[in-house]
Amino acid sequence: MTDFLLILVSTVLVNNFVLVQFLGLCPFMGVSNKLETAMGMSLATTFVLTLSSVCSYLAYTYLLQPFDLGYLRTISFILVIAVVVQFTEMVVKKTSPLLHKVLGIFLPLITTNCAVLGVALLNIKKQNGFMESIFYGFGAAVGFSLALILFSAIRERIAVADVPVPFRGAAIGMVTAGLMSLAFMGFTGLVSF
Amino acid sequence: MSAVLIAILVLLGLAVVFGLILGYAAVQFKVEGNPIVDQIDDILPQTQCGQCGYPGCRPYAEAISNGDAINKCPPGGQSTIEALADLLDVEAVPLDSEHGEEQVKKIAYIREDECIGCTKCIQACPVDAIVGAAKQMHTVITTECTGCDLCVEPCPVDCIDMLPIPTTLNTWKWEQPVPGIALIATDSGRGSEQRGAA
Repeated sequence: MTDFLLILVSTVLVNNFVLVQFLGLCPFMGVSNKLETAMGMSLATTFVLTLSSVCSYLAYTYLLQPFDLGYLRTISFILVIAVVVQFTEMVVKKTSPLLHKVLGIFLPLITTNCAVLGVALLNIKKQNGFMESIFYGFGAAVGFSLALILFSAIRERIAVADVPVPFRGAAIGMVTAGLMSLAFMGFTGLVSF
Repeated sequence: MSAVLIAILVLLGLAVVFGLILGYAAVQFKVEGNPIVDQIDDILPQTQCGQCGYPGCRPYAEAISNGDAINKCPPGGQSTIEALADLLDVEAVPLDSEHGEEQVKKIAYIREDECIGCTKCIQACPVDAIVGAAKQMHTVITTECTGCDLCVEPCPVDCIDMLPIPTTLNTWKWEQPVPGIALIATDSGRGSEQRGAA
């Protein structure tokens, strides 16, 4: 149990995927203008990341490894992620039209989120087991959500702040992201996993 | 068996399995949209004028499917009402004059030398058929204009006219059949045909 807790703390804070490992930066910059959309994106990503982390682990362990095809992992993981995203969208559309409306375009966009592929590949690199993959994926997703929601909340404040003209828009966003990243680097050494 | 062949087969197998899963899911989780709304929307003239009291043709189509009256569409006129009555199997009623009179097809025309470039008509246009910029002359893209006359009201200098479309060899078409006579089956697609001609 402590192991899983450590994985969670490690992925959410210490090795935060966005702010420390710099994965998934496109949605981080792209959909952080409004808190509401950021929450929708976080929700969708959390679901897909956890699921695809497990699925790609299974595909690697039970399909690629027995045939000694480890070098095909990238392309098969992309396939797995695309299928998981598509499948999720179908299920959500059927079971909860309201949630589908909230998630909207973000759901298909997750396919191109590099954090999702990153988690799948890091699972293999770290030789995570089944349960560890679940927690690693979930932790990464929570870390992503945390960074995205915090960042969008800050950007909403910045939108009404008196920013010097040359720094307005994406520039101040980048500066803010850098400062947040510095803050998260402060967690380094909290746990080593 | 060579390693390449195994690799191809495994990847192929993976893709086939995923394809089957997705295909099954597409059947299993098929969303039953409301097909009647699409059919009603096809019949409506797509002027997006809002004279029916709804913000566009699709909301009106949804309202009709929920039991609203079918005679609130002046741009569509009597022929649209007939087609809707046919589709929904209800009595065809005359156009509700509260929402406007049926008119000959018109398009907006901006008297360009009088235009002051206020952009108010651009904001009013539901189909983005007016081009222009602030303090520049505006003009109407005639092929996009649906003749909804929403741009006439906001114009502060009243320089927008609604001109009837002159009948030329390109725009001439047979007159619509008189309401009440028996229609042949192929007439059920009239709504879309009209749009194509316009």
